[in-house]
Amino acid sequence: MISGGLNIHHLYFLLIGAAWTICLSLIAFVGGGIGGGVIALCRISPLRPVRWLAIGYIQLIQGTPLLVVLFVCYFGLSILGFSLPGIVAAGLAMVVYVSAYMGEIWRGCIESVARTQWEAAECLALSRAQRMRLVILPQAVRIATPPTVGFMVQIVKNTSLASIVGFVELVRAGQLINNSIFQPFMVYVLIAILYFAMCYPLSAWSRKLERRMQFAARPVGPA
Amino acid sequence: MNYEFDFASVLERWPQFIEGAWMTVRLSFPATVIGFVAGTLLAAGRRSSVAWLVRACGIYVEVIRNTPLLVQVFLVFFGLSSLGWQVSAFAAALLSLVINVAAYSCEIMRAGMDSIHRGQLEAAECLGLSRRQVYWHVILRPAMEKVYPALTSQFVLLMLASSITSQISVEELTAIAARVQSETFRPFEAYILVAVAYLMLSLLMRAGLWACGQMIFTRRRRLGAQGAGR
Amino acid sequence: MTTVVELKDVHKRFGSNAVLRGVSFSIARGRVTAIIGRSGSGKSTALRCMNRLEIIDSGTIDVCGHAIHSPDIDLRRLRMDVGIVFQSYNLFPHLTVEENVTLAPVAVKKKSAAQAREIAERTLRQVGLADKARAYPEQLSGGQQQRVAIARSLAMEPQVMLFDEVTSALDPQLTGEVLRVIEALAADGMTMVLVTHEMEFAARVADDIVFMHQGKVWETGPGSMLRDPQTAELREFLAHGL
Repeated sequence: MISGGLNIHHLYFLLIGAAWTICLSLIAFVGGGIGGGVIALCRISPLRPVRWLAIGYIQLIQGTPLLVVLFVCYFGLSILGFSLPGIVAAGLAMVVYVSAYMGEIWRGCIESVARTQWEAAECLALSRAQRMRLVILPQAVRIATPPTVGFMVQIVKNTSLASIVGFVELVRAGQLINNSIFQPFMVYVLIAILYFAMCYPLSAWSRKLERRMQFAARPVGPA
Repeated sequence: MNYEFDFASVLERWPQFIEGAWMTVRLSFPATVIGFVAGTLLAAGRRSSVAWLVRACGIYVEVIRNTPLLVQVFLVFFGLSSLGWQVSAFAAALLSLVINVAAYSCEIMRAGMDSIHRGQLEAAECLGLSRRQVYWHVILRPAMEKVYPALTSQFVLLMLASSITSQISVEELTAIAARVQSETFRPFEAYILVAVAYLMLSLLMRAGLWACGQMIFTRRRRLGAQGAGR
Repeated sequence: MTTVVELKDVHKRFGSNAVLRGVSFSIARGRVTAIIGRSGSGKSTALRCMNRLEIIDSGTIDVCGHAIHSPDIDLRRLRMDVGIVFQSYNLFPHLTVEENVTLAPVAVKKKSAAQAREIAERTLRQVGLADKARAYPEQLSGGQQQRVAIARSLAMEPQVMLFDEVTSALDPQLTGEVLRVIEALAADGMTMVLVTHEMEFAARVADDIVFMHQGKVWETGPGSMLRDPQTAELREFLAHGL
């Protein structure tokens, strides 16, 4: 018998919450991924104002807690006259947040493609766009895979903040359950277990990818 | 959009914001120091030859790194009160932040310590240094210097993450914004101001940590950034 | 004897370090020129300035009718006329050998896939690696990778080929295969500039030798110059090696 009145319906409710967590995470990942790609390319643009805009955006978002970004989006949207469900504000905040962090990660990966590859491509008369598309980005994508997967873990964990603006993901689901059975500790333990179940496989996968990267990155060229 | 921005009514409550910022500092600074020490101990534990210790530290780190801070804060808060201990929100917040940053510091320090070449240890031992001296001079200190930038980033993240403790009613900066908006009915302006405040705090923190690094790590100071990379 | 490459009083510094202090020489079409000298004499820098990988501070460089020193230069046209092979080969690791060679002809010269493949086959046969078209760079030895790099440059049909210490990073037993390819290219009449430490090879294959010392051209002459040096510095260099 499970103590304190926690029954199968509650568990089911939690799992629905977990499903919404995954849903919000995917929105954040896809939206933030597109945004991050744009930010990364702007960050390395030869045009100075574009570069500085990207730097400014990244510094702004990276210097602000996600919770504050979330509130700004939530109240900002209502100022604009929208009375949208919590998921929109949460989704917007997550996309803004992920774009900045993802953009920085990917910029680092693009820049870590050896200078000599840039030179070789340049000396074959390829234009800047061709260099990026055919030589640099394919290699950067390979380098970027482990940290991107690792960041997905951060995304999943950060969706927990959406509970604060009322979106019924996993944490909020648990809080609602707790309002009827008053067993906060046990509820949060269950929530933690569910998060762990979602995040640990991603963490392990990211580590495996990173090991494979290090092994495969025997330098192609003179030792 | 027929909204009139009114930053004035929010700005005139600046003493409250200062109080909130001070609370943020009162949380972040001790959490950083204690968390770093705890993290270093954990890293040592993970690299030790005692099997159960390695596994225990490993499990601790994995659990913390794969669950959200919000959940950890609630667990500490409700867990302590269910054990019958009446702790203040501040203490619960501090404890959960320490638990959190220790796990991340552990991984950072571990990477730093693992990157020290075997040859250095052998050379030190062959010079007659005791095991403890080798550990301090050849492993810990170089590791700390090497991973200092990563640690700095982690500590700034911690300061930003302290905003989550507003959910257990700690009167730090984010909570102040909530209070101010309930008085002025200007939530957007309040949170924009708080965002600016956090930005300034993180810039100050980065500058402060950089200065610390320059003072502690004299090699870095003398050789400049290039020297630190070697 | 048309002059394809001409450097006049070229100066270049990196920070406070003056690497080229007034370099002048010229190269005629179809001739092979070897640039020799100590590390730090400026020979690699002079080479890299010839295709604008480094930008000179003063002086003029004219290559195949392109005024390299001019800021309005059309870099793409220049890079189509001047090919370069690097010390560290710089093959693209995510592409096969054939794809490495066909990339530029397709992307820049707009050749069709079939034409590009033909070009690749021809150039890979020229360097003796026609059977490795489907392999990836990491599967090849250093010497093979360097030969692919040569084929990749040749595929663009340049007028001048620059070689920047292309055998310095190779194991000694692998340098032979690369030098043989270079010698064959020379026999075919390609205009080439080689920065090299291989003295014997330079003496045998090069039409002209340029000895650089402390950022200046110290002595020039035919291959026989190496047996009969005129200046003390060249004598010293030949006696003590690099």
